Amino acid sequence: MAKVELFVNGRAVTGEAEDRTLLVHFLRENLGLTGTHVGCDTSQCGACVVHVDGRAVKSCTMLAAQASGSTITTIEGLSPNGELHPLQVAFRENHALQCGFCTPGMIMTSVDMIRRHPNGLDEATVRDQLEGNICRCTGYHNIVKAVLDASDKMGKGAVKAA
Amino acid sequence: MYETQYHRAASVEEAARLMGEAEDGKFLAGGMTLIPTMKQRLASPSDLIDLRRIEALKGVTVDGRTVRIGAVTTHYDVSTNEELAKICPAITNLAGHIGDPQVRNMGTIGGSIANNDPAADYPSALLALDATIITSQRSLPASDFFIGLFETALQPDEIVVAVEFVAPDKAAYKKFPNPASLYAMAGVFVAKSGDNIRVAVTGAGEGGVFRLKDAEAALAGNFSPSALDSLAVDPDVLLSDMHASADYRANLVKVMAKRAVAEISNRPM
Ligand code: FES
Ligand code: FES
Repeated sequence: MAKVELFVNGRAVTGEAEDRTLLVHFLRENLGLTGTHVGCDTSQCGACVVHVDGRAVKSCTMLAAQASGSTITTIEGLSPNGELHPLQVAFRENHALQCGFCTPGMIMTSVDMIRRHPNGLDEATVRDQLEGNICRCTGYHNIVKAVLDASDKMGKGAVKAA
Repeated sequence: MYETQYHRAASVEEAARLMGEAEDGKFLAGGMTLIPTMKQRLASPSDLIDLRRIEALKGVTVDGRTVRIGAVTTHYDVSTNEELAKICPAITNLAGHIGDPQVRNMGTIGGSIANNDPAADYPSALLALDATIITSQRSLPASDFFIGLFETALQPDEIVVAVEFVAPDKAAYKKFPNPASLYAMAGVFVAKSGDNIRVAVTGAGEGGVFRLKDAEAALAGNFSPSALDSLAVDPDVLLSDMHASADYRANLVKVMAKRAVAEISNRPM
C-alpha cells in the first residue's frame, strides 16, 4: 500500500491506496470528489482532467502514489464558495453541455488553456488545445464558443485588475 | 492494472539500485505510454521506479548554441523555453505538437526516447541533430542509441540523464499525424548546418527512426524542395498497417521532407 498525501482544493488530505490506484479513483472513491469523471480506459477522452501542480493532467493516467506531494485542483475546487467560476458561467450561458459528462474535463482543460494564453485565444487555438478532450454530444461548437467567451471576459478582467 | 510496487527515486543512483533489486522493474517518467499500457494489461512490471522527481534530470540549459535537455523535462517545458526557441525553434515546435496538452504536461523527452516508439517525434529530431544521449553509464550518439522498434541501446538498469546537441543553422520538422492517435504516420526532421544536412524520418520506418540518406545527398547540391522531386523512397523498408500502406507512407515521407525543406529554404514546394 502507498501512503498518499495531497493538497486537494486547498485542503491537506492523507490516505492509503494500493500502489496501482489511479489518481482519478483516489479522488472519486477515497475523497468522494465525484465531479472528476472516467469516460474511457484508454487515456483518450479527458473527462478526468484535473490540475496537478497547476497543470492540466489526465488523472486516469497517473497513479495516486505518483501524485503524492502535489497540489491538486478538481472541478469542485473552482467554485469554493458556491459561486460559479467564469468558465462554468460561460459553459452555461453558451449551452456548451448536453449530458454534461465531459464537462468537468472540458472546463479544467480550458482553465489551464486560458491561463497559458493570457493574450487571448482564437477559434483555431481553442480547437487545437481541446484535442485531448472528447465530447459525444455537443459537436464542440458551443464548447469552443464558451471557451472564447470566458477567455474574453477573464482576459478583460485581468486587464482591468492590472 | 495488475499489481505493482511503486518507488520514488531521489537520485539516479538510487533509481539504478532500486531497479537492480526489482524482479521485473520498469522506470517511470511521465508515464504517458507506460500507464496506459499497464491499464490495458499489456505490461505488468513488478516494480515502478519513478524518475520524475529527480532534480538532476530536470530542465533545459542553453549555453551559446549548445543545448542540454534533462531527461524528465516535459514536452510543455521544452515547447515553451524561450532561449531554446531562439536558437532551435524546430525542436520547441516539435515538442508543442506531441499528443495533446495533457500529454505534453506530463510526457518527458527521456521517456519518449527510452521507449523509442516508431511513431514518436523526438527520435527523428535527435537523429537529425546528431544529438548525444547521456545516460547513467555513458554517452552515445543518437545513431547508436536507437536500435529498432521500441528498442534502444539502454541496458536494463541504465537511465537516460539528458540529451545534448549543438543547435543547427536551420531546422524544421513536419509531420502528418494520424487524426485519431496524433502519432506521426510520417514525420521528417531536416537539420542544416553549413553543408552538413541530415534528414531523419519517424512514424514510417519498419525498424523505427532512420536517416534518409538519399534525400541528404539530393539536398547537398541544391537545398530546395524541388531537389527532392525525383526522390524515390523505398516502401520495402516502411511500415504498413491499418493506418497507412507502405506506398502511402513513402509518399508522405517525401511530401513531409519537401515541406520541411520549403520552410527552411523559404522556397515554395
Ligand atoms: S478517463 Fe481519463 S482520458 Fe478518459
Ligand atoms: S456534453 Fe455529453 S459528452 Fe459532452
